[in-house]
Amino acid sequence: MAKSKNAQTSQAAAKRKLSEKQLHDMLYTMMLIRRFEEKALDLYSLGKVHGTMHLSIGQEATAVGASGALTQQDYLLNTHRGHGHCLAWGSQADLMMAEFMGKETGYCRGRGGSMHIANVDANNLGANGIVAGGLPISVGVGLSIRARNTEQVVMVVFGDGASNEGAFHESINMASIWNLPVIFLCENNQYAMSMPVEKSMNIDRISDRAAAYGIEGVTVDGNDVEAVYEAVHNARQRAVAGKGPTLIECNTYRYMGHSKSDRQAYRTRDEVKTWMDKDPIERLAGNLGMSKDDKDSLFKKAEAEIEKAVEFAEASPEPDVADIMEGVYA
Amino acid sequence: MPSANGTREITYVEAVREALTQSMQADERVFLIGEDIGVYGGAFGVSAGMHAQFGGERVIDTPISEAAIVGACVGAALTGMRPVGEIQFMDFITLGMEQLVLQAAKVRFMFGGKATVPMVLRTPGGSGTGAAAQHSESLETWFTHVPGLKVVMPSSPYDAKGLLMAAIQDENPVIFVEHKLLYKVSGPVPEEPYTIPLGEPNIVREGKHLTVVATSIMVQRAKQAAEELAKEGVEIEIVDPRTLNPFDDALMIQSVVKTGKALVVHEAVKTSGYGAELVSRIVESEAFDYLEAPVRRLAGLDIPIPYNRNLEYHAVPQVENIVAEARKLVRGDY
Ligand SMILES: Cc1ncc(C[n+]2csc(CCOP(=O)(O)OP(=O)(O)O)c2C)c(N)n1
Ligand SMILES: [Mg+2]
Repeated sequence: MAKSKNAQTSQAAAKRKLSEKQLHDMLYTMMLIRRFEEKALDLYSLGKVHGTMHLSIGQEATAVGASGALTQQDYLLNTHRGHGHCLAWGSQADLMMAEFMGKETGYCRGRGGSMHIANVDANNLGANGIVAGGLPISVGVGLSIRARNTEQVVMVVFGDGASNEGAFHESINMASIWNLPVIFLCENNQYAMSMPVEKSMNIDRISDRAAAYGIEGVTVDGNDVEAVYEAVHNARQRAVAGKGPTLIECNTYRYMGHSKSDRQAYRTRDEVKTWMDKDPIERLAGNLGMSKDDKDSLFKKAEAEIEKAVEFAEASPEPDVADIMEGVYA
Repeated sequence: MPSANGTREITYVEAVREALTQSMQADERVFLIGEDIGVYGGAFGVSAGMHAQFGGERVIDTPISEAAIVGACVGAALTGMRPVGEIQFMDFITLGMEQLVLQAAKVRFMFGGKATVPMVLRTPGGSGTGAAAQHSESLETWFTHVPGLKVVMPSSPYDAKGLLMAAIQDENPVIFVEHKLLYKVSGPVPEEPYTIPLGEPNIVREGKHLTVVATSIMVQRAKQAAEELAKEGVEIEIVDPRTLNPFDDALMIQSVVKTGKALVVHEAVKTSGYGAELVSRIVESEAFDYLEAPVRRLAGLDIPIPYNRNLEYHAVPQVENIVAEARKLVRGDY
């Protein structure tokens, strides 16, 4: 499901529960994300893409719940593990796939790749290759929103590991003292590459860090799309009401390795299995009382959309080397 | 098979690991600190197995906090330890710049020479892996511009081991720039510990028609270019500074006096790159009187590294570019 049409519908939606139709659309987006990333992995294995990529398989509910609670006027600052948020924001799978394959038709004309997909026209200010790189920028977007006096908010997405960078602390403090409309969305997938959260900080909840800066902090089950939706919705309402930023921690888990070169020596198969048993897609499908056939056919629809995206990307031209110097300066 | 003196073929990554291991065995003060260097073995596998061998007290995994990694090295070095920090990609050194440039490089001088900061910061630079603009930087010249820092850039497994052991024994902060594409390159390396003095260049290949001064991966590409050119009867001499700062330029200048022509090659972008320093050193020296052609630079284009494979390839000098440029210089096309 893409973002709601405007702030009003989004606010109204939170008063009532999400409708079955909305949840059904959300489930479809989660499936689309999963199939996109599985396909990305295939293409990489076939040697059709180079570089590396960071898959968010297992974390789909966080992306879809969060974007679902925002409007088309809001801003997104995304992470390196950003395919899911990008699709949840309503981006086109074909233009993303073309970017992923380095094609001229891609969102960034093949210059950015998996780690840097942006869609500036849709206020998606891009994924970021630098851990915590989006946080200071979110402060500036917040200032800009206030200066322009609009009803927008900015959501910046980052990982548990990012919350150990100085940029996290500096940015939240600034957003707090200036009461900016920023939603700090921390995807706690329990690891920063090989570093488990327990070893990288002496607190139980990352959201506890909010208290140090005098802002609201909440922790939610990141595999529960409705819980994420609700938390982001509330944060948005607070932000537009001038009540300042919120730090939301979504507990979730990545099923795949950190990137393409990860042997995963730092965790056990059992641990991965435990989380797979809490799969966000299975869970939502279960809540919706879907039969296996219904589920399969929805997955099939997602697969078809991804297949079309790949066809588009493969048929697209490579960037022309003659244009290599373009785009450095405005 | 090891030869009589214990020299065998190992890769660059193995050479770096061997230098770290032998330095830690020889000196208890040496320890490693960085992101994912423990059980994971480092993003490029440099410290694979070292956590098991030396334990978590000497192979320290950190949170993602580059400023504090660099600062921790400074503090430990100031108080009697010999830290070797790893910055996972050279790009992320930008987050540790203050501690490196304003602390590590300056405290000795500011304290009237009464403090020493014997630390090494290792980091892989360079493009060619499809990692795009924020994971492919070549920033070495930022550091050569800071008095108090030494900057080392090994181009072979042999140099990597000897220079790293020397860097760890050095009393100053040293930035040790590895290259991602060199990690898998093999070459002869003695088993026993040895050092290569920081500051000494290496004549990688002798030749009489043209001096090519190259750094890091470009030394490997220049060697390949030399083979092509030799088929045409063109013999290039390849000089590798190995240490960018301090750099004893005497060998390079002698070489240019001999050949009368010079081409400087590096991967970092051309504008204000290390090549500007090398060219200046040549034209400021007695070699000026022997020059038969303009001194030329071949360097990365003045753009961030693009993601697309083809664009990425064309963003930095390749073997064929070195061949073409050398040919022109030797033929007098400039
Ligand atoms: C400043 C910086 N340091 C290190 C890295 C290398 N790196 C990329 S992702 C990552 C782990 C990030 O962990 P987390 O913030 O928890 O996000 P996750 O990958 O788990 O989604 C690391 C160390 C980087 N890209 N930028
Ligand atoms: Mg994480």
